[in-house]
Amino acid sequence: METSCCCGQYPLREIIQPIVERNGRDPSMLIQILHETQEAMGYLPQDVQQCIADELKMPPAEVYSVVTFYSRFTMTPKGLHTISVCLGTACYVKGAEAIIEKLKKTLAVGSGQTTADGVFTLDICRCVGACNKAPVVYVDNDQHEFVTPELMVEILSHYRDDQEYSAAESIVDPGLPEQEEAQL
Amino acid sequence: MNGISTYHENTGFGARPLYARPMTSTQLKALAAAATDHPAKDLGSDHPSIEKQCRIALANCGYIDPERIEDYFDAAGYFALDKVLEQYTPRQVIQIVLDSGLRGRGGAGFPTGRKWLFAHEAPGYKKFVVCNADEGDPGAFMDRSVLELDPHAVIEAMAIAAYAVGADEGYVYIRAEYPVAVKRLNKAIGQARDYGLLGHDILGRGFNFDLHIRLGAGAFVCGEETALLNSVEGKRGTPRLRPPFPAIKGLFEKPTVLNNVETYANVPAIIRRGSDWFSSIGTDGSKGTKVFALGGNVVSGGLIEVPMGTTLRQIIFEIGNGIPDGRAFKAAQTGGPSGGCIPAEHLDTPVDYESLVRIGSMMGSGGLIVMNEDKCMVGIAKFFMEFMVEESCGKCTPCRLGTRQLLRFLEKITRGQAEMSDIEAMESLAETMRSTSLCALGQTAANPVLSTLRYFRHEYEAHVRDKRCPSRDCKFMARFVINDNCKGCRKCASACPAEAISGTAKKKHIIDGKLCVKCGACLESCKFEAVDKEW
Ligand SMILES: Cc1cc2nc3c(=O)[nH]c(=O)nc-3n(C[C@H](O)[C@H](O)[C@H](O)COP(=O)(O)O)c2cc1C
Ligand code: FES
Repeated sequence: METSCCCGQYPLREIIQPIVERNGRDPSMLIQILHETQEAMGYLPQDVQQCIADELKMPPAEVYSVVTFYSRFTMTPKGLHTISVCLGTACYVKGAEAIIEKLKKTLAVGSGQTTADGVFTLDICRCVGACNKAPVVYVDNDQHEFVTPELMVEILSHYRDDQEYSAAESIVDPGLPEQEEAQL
Repeated sequence: MNGISTYHENTGFGARPLYARPMTSTQLKALAAAATDHPAKDLGSDHPSIEKQCRIALANCGYIDPERIEDYFDAAGYFALDKVLEQYTPRQVIQIVLDSGLRGRGGAGFPTGRKWLFAHEAPGYKKFVVCNADEGDPGAFMDRSVLELDPHAVIEAMAIAAYAVGADEGYVYIRAEYPVAVKRLNKAIGQARDYGLLGHDILGRGFNFDLHIRLGAGAFVCGEETALLNSVEGKRGTPRLRPPFPAIKGLFEKPTVLNNVETYANVPAIIRRGSDWFSSIGTDGSKGTKVFALGGNVVSGGLIEVPMGTTLRQIIFEIGNGIPDGRAFKAAQTGGPSGGCIPAEHLDTPVDYESLVRIGSMMGSGGLIVMNEDKCMVGIAKFFMEFMVEESCGKCTPCRLGTRQLLRFLEKITRGQAEMSDIEAMESLAETMRSTSLCALGQTAANPVLSTLRYFRHEYEAHVRDKRCPSRDCKFMARFVINDNCKGCRKCASACPAEAISGTAKKKHIIDGKLCVKCGACLESCKFEAVDKEW
């Protein structure tokens, strides 16, 4: 496991070293370091964790234990856009579950999963602190308020158009009945 | 920041030297003397029924520009810190907080002054103050608003707390879901340092204090104080065994005061206006005001601040303007996942720490979710239990396994597969969890179940005995049937993901209830209104 972070896949140390440096090489800053690394890399695979552990001179198991504990850290890459549906109490009471059902059908993924083409990741989060505008859905960093299942499908299409994404079929499992909707 | 420089503010009366860096005590006093209770300009206060409220923690929110420390100065900002450093010994500060009757706004309601006193008396040179801005209660956003709209109040209060207990370093632990709050607080800390209100020799009175921000990473249990301390140290956020309490052995094993954002936000006003003023508001056991995040099925939701002892009816029907769409009130949920559901018969309960506990809920951090008659109470209990299963940190067995077992029971009930004995089993399991879990998360995890069982037992019984959801909310209790409108077009059969629909073309189809997964695809796909959803 010695130098797996220099495997050449990414210039790992070049990304991680400055982050660790900026945080004073302080093991108590681990969570901050992981946040910044994930921001830069998109996710925290094993070799990244190993590299951070090396830099901080701590056992990789300890880094792993922290990464797996907190739900905001992920060891698998996310899609181009991350959809986070709030399932806090206020949003639940205002019908967030129907939005999630709709998304699951439309995108043919479960929560935490990414569509086969890597465009959307469906996530569930617990209260983003905008409860008076429930139900709330975040797509990347944009907050969408008072969302309904129908509106959600429309919102998706914006993000899809945004990057001239046209192959709607590939998002939807052809076996599912919701194709018309997905082609909006 | 080298030497005394002067910041010229163009006021329209020509430039006048007003905000000096570092800020001096004399200038703060002059500004405080000129300050009015409510600064005149309203930058968009958020709630329609603001005149029915009483604002202490939220006093500045919406009235000052949170990114300008000068605005905070104009609202008597940092005057309390100056007053404390000039006039009081640490012990006197603690006495004022004790006399005010301020109790923690983060959940348990522990008297803040007592906490400070323990930390003050704890031996050791190095001590910490910590602010809990994790706000894990899903459905609450009081702390977010205070940090975003009045960050300096928290900084000032933490400096006061640090002076009182003898700390020179503080941490604010904010959940990563609040990027704007983090940004504003960061900016505010920078400004406070710039004005010499954080750092070395604050206001020239020989007091040192500096503040750091730590981000959470999505774990509800990190709101629990000892788990939070572990997380600040960069570790897994699992709770520690108490005692020793953080006031004796907290962050990095040093005596630590840990308070909630809203608790801190009350402190500058208490110092400025005195403990008598504060303790004149509220009820006997619960002084001051409480901020609630009013949400759910209510007309005017949003942040509200009311004196302790205001009744739920006043909050929901006078301030919140009642339930929308002509629906009836069914329950109010307070205390988040550790709290409970309060039925209509207790609407006149005054909201304070003791009264809420007496009716099987708790104050919690201030989420107040109103539910109308369409919400199934078993469904709500199941919703919270799903949350708890996800968020149980796994360190102790009663919580880790107990939450899963309870969820399994609730799933059985909402699917109509449970027996009456399951309800008793749930009650006994809840008692085991309460008495044997490591931290309050596990100890209170069953509260949503217990409180709904207490007030809405008939709903549980309808699910179990009659296999029926009286609120028509539980998806698995519905039955889909095809009526005589059916033309036999096969559309529903091809839409059904479970292949539960059979029948030949042009003849009426039937749905096999055993195979049906209740997704409603048939109902959506039918063009002839031939599918009925029955309860
Ligand atoms: C599971 C759990 C979650 C908690 N979440 C929070 C929270 O999000 N915010 C908070 O201020 N206190 C939370 N608390 C309460 C804290 O443990 C602690 O009592 C509080 O921050 C102390 O501050 P106070 O005295 O000012 O209320 C939580 C407690 C438990 C057991
Ligand atoms: S519950 Fe969804 S934003 Fe708070």
